[in-house]
Amino acid sequence: MRDFGWIRAEPHGIHVVPCNAWIDPARPVERALITHGHADHARGGHGEVFATPETLAIMGLRYNTGEEGVGVPMRKPVDLGCGVTASWYPAGHVLGSAQILLEHAGERVVVTGDYKRRPDPTCPPFEVVPCDIFITEATFGLPVFRHPPIEEEIAKLTEALAAAPDRCVAVGAYALGKAQRVIAELRRLGHHDPIYLHGALEKMCALYEDHGVPLGELRPATGANKDEMRGRIVVCPPSALNDRWSRRLPDPITAMASGWMRVRQRARQRNVELPLIISDHADWDELTATIQEVDPQESWITHGREEALLRWCQLHQRRARALALVGYEDEDD
Amino acid sequence: MQAFAALLDRLTYTNSRNRKLELIADYLRATPDPDRGWALAALTGELDFPAVKSSIIRNLLTERVDPVLYTLSRDYVGDTAETASLLWPEPLGEQPPAPSLDETVALLRGMTRANVAVELPRLLDRLEANGRYALIKLATGAMRIGVSARLAKTAFAQAFDVNVEDVEEYWHGVDAPYEPLFDWAAKGADPPRLDLVPLFRPFMLAHPLEEREVDLADYAAEWKWDGIRVQIVHTAGKTRVYSRSGDDISDSFPEIADALPFPAVLDGELLVRGSHQGGEEGGAASFNALQQRLGRKTVSKKMMRDYPAFVRLYDVLLADSEDLREREWRERRAALESLMNRLDDDRFDLSSVIQAEDFTTLSQMREKARDSAIEGIMLKKRDSPYVAGRRSGLWYKWKRDPLLIDCVLMYAQRGSGKRSSFYSDFTFGCWDGDPDRGAELLPVGKAYFGFTDEELKWLDRHVRQNTVKRFGPVRETDKSLVLEVAFDSVHASKRHKSGLAMRFPRIHRIRRDKPAHEADRIDALQAMIRD
Repeated sequence: MRDFGWIRAEPHGIHVVPCNAWIDPARPVERALITHGHADHARGGHGEVFATPETLAIMGLRYNTGEEGVGVPMRKPVDLGCGVTASWYPAGHVLGSAQILLEHAGERVVVTGDYKRRPDPTCPPFEVVPCDIFITEATFGLPVFRHPPIEEEIAKLTEALAAAPDRCVAVGAYALGKAQRVIAELRRLGHHDPIYLHGALEKMCALYEDHGVPLGELRPATGANKDEMRGRIVVCPPSALNDRWSRRLPDPITAMASGWMRVRQRARQRNVELPLIISDHADWDELTATIQEVDPQESWITHGREEALLRWCQLHQRRARALALVGYEDEDD
Repeated sequence: MQAFAALLDRLTYTNSRNRKLELIADYLRATPDPDRGWALAALTGELDFPAVKSSIIRNLLTERVDPVLYTLSRDYVGDTAETASLLWPEPLGEQPPAPSLDETVALLRGMTRANVAVELPRLLDRLEANGRYALIKLATGAMRIGVSARLAKTAFAQAFDVNVEDVEEYWHGVDAPYEPLFDWAAKGADPPRLDLVPLFRPFMLAHPLEEREVDLADYAAEWKWDGIRVQIVHTAGKTRVYSRSGDDISDSFPEIADALPFPAVLDGELLVRGSHQGGEEGGAASFNALQQRLGRKTVSKKMMRDYPAFVRLYDVLLADSEDLREREWRERRAALESLMNRLDDDRFDLSSVIQAEDFTTLSQMREKARDSAIEGIMLKKRDSPYVAGRRSGLWYKWKRDPLLIDCVLMYAQRGSGKRSSFYSDFTFGCWDGDPDRGAELLPVGKAYFGFTDEELKWLDRHVRQNTVKRFGPVRETDKSLVLEVAFDSVHASKRHKSGLAMRFPRIHRIRRDKPAHEADRIDALQAMIRD
């Protein structure tokens, strides 16, 4: 197994040894390079933070740490000292999400963070960045995960809504990224009715709009009366679907937008009536196609179902290893 | 096939019984014959394709997908059919269009163990993931979508606005895909012919008597025995034993099926010989004894010897091919009595009519019913015909009063469907000794009904405000609330830590006034065992 001495996979993150920087560390460090704003990647309490301006804005909303961060534009190398440069490239996952390219002594390492290859109206698409070591996520790293086209899933949502005009559809969606993408796709596909929001989503939706992602007419679900929400879409965090909060809704059809909805039992466990297979992660075909396109000397596989992707690499004579990083959660995607 | 696959998916994700009914009814109205009939047969579990086994599916997959990737996927998904539907490789080249359900059933029926490995893949290639899932579920006969045969028949009745009891009755006279049944219900044709098969006739059922009093001049009284209600049907040389839901249980009770040698339809209580219910005179063992015999596909000689079954007859619907259902109860009773000497008295006896001067006397007899371990009394209007279902004023059940015990709320779990935001499943316990001397609570039962909507709201709030621990969907409470629990009986049980199992426990009252340490002890419950 080939190993670069200057980059190490530790349980709490990827460590860039010469400049003592950590990528998406799971505990507070002095110097953090952040791929994107999801809480399991962008934790609070670091000393110095490098991230895209959008990611910093998201972190600012969550931790009030925006000012200490260094905003890095896409594709502009940053000199981290001791011969290490880092550059951020779009990952297509959520607003501001990036892969990080690390260069040292002529060697190139790409850390994908979370990514997807499907078009997303809320963020620029993933770019293939040639490298020696490709550190890839594997959230949906099983061949059973093949996300259908989003148009089909949005059609399921609007058809369910049209079929039950006296009810509403409550869509459980992760507060950062998924919620805004579902709304933006609804708009793109011609749904222009007001959409009602759970209070926990309001600020993030406003942040997206400030960054040039129009979301159409949004109304707070809190304080709205039951009748005005009949025949409407209500977006909320997944945890609110089966909570007391949902009692304010008019006989809701519970929907959930998540890649896990591909598996019936997962949807059943969440008490979901209308599973929408919408994911911000690469599915199996995207993961394997991306490894082929990037064509690295070696792939490191992290957070997710590493085993199956590792097996695929072996079957295709590609060098690969699984990393055991802690602290990444994939339950709500 | 796609419409059927979509129906299965929707049913999978629907908890509400009413919505399931609507979904099935909509499908049955919108789908042409014979597809809708095959779907109905699939939902009621009446299709069988012996050549297609789960192991075949697994083999087909591991020939096409790396076995390690298959195993990892199967372990994650937890269901072979679903794993296969998702992993099946998209076929190369153009495929014939997706088959109709009718074509699918015909192809599945044509498969043999010799050709299934060739024919089944061809069929899978013509479908997308959800269609493949439906196909495999259909072929292997394990639907698991929470739809009983009864629910499917109720949906059929709802779809075409016909009487579900009629549907039950005609059902057994036709085979899948039931075209005569659809012709009758949807197109107004004559109902299917019933005279050549041992048909199940829907039972006549009773309402609870509650606070009513009836005149015994108008109503006859019988003991209510604690077994299972059965119907024994003999037609054209064949005999069947049906349970209350219309399931054929002849194979579990061959000695009963063999004991009716002439054309008749009899209604009675299936029991095991013993002296638990009503002593020697009552002659019936406890329900627990009967349970040893239930749900068996075959039954050993020893089983039949150790737990000899018999039927205590309540009524006769048909005798010697004459339909007696329109006759008054008293005439049917006379007919039943005159049949008894033609029946084997090891297998059949007559439910005796209780002789009581008036309602007060009867009421006193009922008071003693608990001591004789009898469930209660049935009251039957003497001039009533035998009508399917629950018709008011004709039959009443007058159960003995429930037993009551004060328990302490220990755990609560969220319900499903409409109740998914409420903690509505309650586990309660009794003290295993003196609570002032360090006794502990032991769970004795679980109940999820008996309370009003208002009480449920109150209980839900109590659980949320008094949670001490969470285990996934379950909350442990601080064990401060006393619940008065009503139940029909209690039995010794090795499966429970408390050594007890309650029948039909329900929340009777919330005792906010009572401190937890004054709740009942396990020995109070033990004293109520009448096994």
